Amino acid sequence: MLSYKGEVSFDLVKSMLDNVEARLEKIEKNLKTKKKVFNVLVECFQNLSHHIETSDPVFDDVDEGKMAFMIVSHDDDSYYVTTGNFILNSAIPKLKAWLNEINSRDEKSLRALYKEVLNNETFSEKGGGGLGFIDITRKAGTKMEYAFHKMEKSYSVFEFKIRIPKEK
Amino acid sequence: MDVLKFEPTNLTPYIMFDAEKGKIELSGRSIPENSLDFYQPVYDWLDEYVNNPNEKTVVDVKLDYFNTSSSKCILDILKKIDKLDDKGYDVLIKWYYDENDEDMMEAGEDYGDLLEAPFELITL
Repeated sequence: MLSYKGEVSFDLVKSMLDNVEARLEKIEKNLKTKKKVFNVLVECFQNLSHHIETSDPVFDDVDEGKMAFMIVSHDDDSYYVTTGNFILNSAIPKLKAWLNEINSRDEKSLRALYKEVLNNETFSEKGGGGLGFIDITRKAGTKMEYAFHKMEKSYSVFEFKIRIPKEK
Repeated sequence: MDVLKFEPTNLTPYIMFDAEKGKIELSGRSIPENSLDFYQPVYDWLDEYVNNPNEKTVVDVKLDYFNTSSSKCILDILKKIDKLDDKGYDVLIKWYYDENDEDMMEAGEDYGDLLEAPFELITL
């Protein structure tokens, strides 16, 4: 449905969401599924552009720091969203712990976690306070899959996958 | 106070805040990339409104969908209005959702739990 590799910005994400929404409109007849997929895409893509636009230019190569990829596909049963971006190795443990925490929870306890983070006064103003991954997991109703691929320098590629089952 | 009105876009909701009538409406979708920038004028308007509010304030939230970046802003808006209830003003928050949309229903329930003011969940 969509595949992109290159520099990511707010504007790019905005136009990609427009494109993919128009595509969804054509291929997905189930309103619930359509909405869930779009919700997940918004969070995945905005996570990405937020991370890229607000990260300090700590990467050795600034242009490389802005690079990312995203793939959206589907088969008879599900939609699949895959994204990848660079992340400093020092940021991996915290992210990994957060993703594991979310993946370990069932629906009910995810909802409680969402509410807790939402109501947390110290909620980060720029990052969305980590609600993004909780929301993605709740909407998809599946577990996130992820991997960190080590690069030569001080950073890795964070590969993220989520599957959204099609409602029949 | 001036009426605060924003026409909806593909990324942002319809907003109509009318101080004279004590009517506040938020509808459509809210998925701006930077929600804080978008909602700043709304916060500013509300900060002025709560200093000299209408006896009764009715809030209609008819959101179809919002991103996580907006979710905190929406809570902040509702909390500002919630404080009027504390001060003894009449406040009613109405959360509308499509009856097939469990996600928006749950979101409404959660917001209702986090607020003190009367909160109604209404199916469209």
